Amino acid sequence: METDRKDGRTPNQLRPLKCSRNILHRAHGSASWSQGETKVLAAVYGPKAGTKKNEDPEKACIEVIWKPKTGQIGKAEKECEMIMKKTIQSICLLTINPNTTTSVIVQVVNDDGALLPCAINAACAALVDAGIPLKHLAVAICCCVAEEGSVVLDPTKLEEQQMRGFAYLVFPNSALSALPEGSYLVNGEPLEHGIITSVTHGVMSVDEYLKCVDRGRAACAKLSGFLRNSLQKSQFPSDTSSKAA
Amino acid sequence: MKVWISSKEKKPMGLDQSPNARHSLQSRIPKNCHHWTLTRSEFPAVASSSKTAVNRRPNPRRPPTAYCCREISRLAPPNSPPDPASLVVAIPDSQTRPGARTLEEIQKKVTMGLVDSSGDLSGEMEVDAFRRLFPLRYYERHLAESIRPDGRTLGMARDTTLALGAVSSADGSALTKIGSTTMLAAIKMEVMTPSAESPDEGCIAIEFHMPPICSPIVRPGRPAEAAVVESKRLSDTILRTIWLVFCSSGMINLKELALVSGKAAWMAYLDIYCLDADGALFDAALLSAVAAFSHLQIPVVSLNDKGKIVAFTEEGDTVGKLEKEAVNKEKRKLTLGNIPFSLTCALHKKHILADPSSEEESIMETLVTVVMDSSDRLVSFYKPGGALAYTSLVTDCVRLTRQRMKELEKILDEAFSGMEVD
Repeated sequence: METDRKDGRTPNQLRPLKCSRNILHRAHGSASWSQGETKVLAAVYGPKAGTKKNEDPEKACIEVIWKPKTGQIGKAEKECEMIMKKTIQSICLLTINPNTTTSVIVQVVNDDGALLPCAINAACAALVDAGIPLKHLAVAICCCVAEEGSVVLDPTKLEEQQMRGFAYLVFPNSALSALPEGSYLVNGEPLEHGIITSVTHGVMSVDEYLKCVDRGRAACAKLSGFLRNSLQKSQFPSDTSSKAA
Repeated sequence: MKVWISSKEKKPMGLDQSPNARHSLQSRIPKNCHHWTLTRSEFPAVASSSKTAVNRRPNPRRPPTAYCCREISRLAPPNSPPDPASLVVAIPDSQTRPGARTLEEIQKKVTMGLVDSSGDLSGEMEVDAFRRLFPLRYYERHLAESIRPDGRTLGMARDTTLALGAVSSADGSALTKIGSTTMLAAIKMEVMTPSAESPDEGCIAIEFHMPPICSPIVRPGRPAEAAVVESKRLSDTILRTIWLVFCSSGMINLKELALVSGKAAWMAYLDIYCLDADGALFDAALLSAVAAFSHLQIPVVSLNDKGKIVAFTEEGDTVGKLEKEAVNKEKRKLTLGNIPFSLTCALHKKHILADPSSEEESIMETLVTVVMDSSDRLVSFYKPGGALAYTSLVTDCVRLTRQRMKELEKILDEAFSGMEVD
């Protein structure tokens, strides 16, 4: 069982997290999120009047623009945009501001593995910073399956390429900071156990996938704690950065 | 533009012949319900009362159909369940269409239904109108009985047919139909120089096209237009997923596409055209791609004196030396590894609908695509956003995919045995 990774982490250990809010002063909301070397900057503009063509005017419309670090926008970026758009649509309360468009712009500053989860976390923090009404927050994590079948969390880019397969999972953040016993159970599982988004690459068995989901949930509970702490810090730009190991 | 329906207005709502009104609602309401068109000309009293609200022209970019129907639907209380006793909606097995009613009767019923805003609108309507105006409630009525409007049970996929060799000029082709969704896949082989990093591997290039023939939302023109962006994103996603599925599932061994190590290898151009988009596009595209690769016959080539690969002709061509590898001696088929099959499911509250049509996909926001291969490995579990999915749902989707995989394997085998007889 591989316990030593190149950077010395255990399989369940996440990279150092850093989250800053309100870094762009012209945007209505902005946040930067970094996990180890991977860093993503997200900005939110909205709600603006009018929806895009062919979008439902009864609901708010979300538009995501993904800007890669280098190169032109290609198919991979469009796919990331679509996944992020659908994820954000499921956490936003779309009926509060009908016939409006909210734009989320994601700029990749550095890509060192687990890029899409980092971007989703950054976008969620930026939406909170902008004050867009949300049902609950979303926390994202990348779990990969090694050759022997063990699950490794938060891989670097090199690890992602070497592993047999990986899964990007997004879970909801719980609405309460401490759940009382027996509350919010759906089918015997609390609200945080639901998967909002799942994107997998590579082959794995069904059991390995379910193991990834379990590990991902546990890690996301830690991530949600960190997200909540960093968002509760004061509004002043000088105090908004927070770190966690 | 606000259209106020006042109960004091005694003017009956007659047939409105203005071209705008007729065109705008025509697509939503069936032809024998002309009385649905409500325009400003019907209510002159209201038009003059509040100038600011009424004089604003409707936004030309917004489709008028959605707007007018929204006003009508606001009259009914949004969350009241339809009264089962008075509901006209019938389960499709007992198709009771109220065809014999006259226009005046319908008009009177609808007028009463519209004015009486406290009552439930759904009790007074025809089936088609209810389906178009309240699609979610229409579906929920069916789901409560564990059936869908087209008569399928929740876990049943639509009829799937496969035709191999649909394009005779291509080296391999297949036409797939899942219900109404039609996909045409064709493969053309070309010789190319392999890259330096992998001198004995061939290459596959996949293109997925959604021409305007497939769906009313796809129009020709620059992809930057908003109307085409959604379908372009969909086609990009399908393309990348098919490419990743092929790479990761190990269905195709690229080394089989090699000819002369370092000098020549096959490049397979796979083009998938969507001819009719009626839901579950990815399933049909993957199935047609897999079938096209199974049908593929690599053309025979030989090496001529200059060291170039040329097509091998049958008329006793002795100019070129033939390679020792068997691939150039006879037409060869690719040996396929684990074949991936997929199933798209729509999730709505506690129900899982397998293989949704485009109408179901547009109503239900949550779609899950599960791709598994023949050795029971999960190749992809793709769920972009939507309602929360719990573990029980994940296992149910996987179980439905396994069932579907058996059906598709049978269909693929039958298609091949049918072809080999020829």
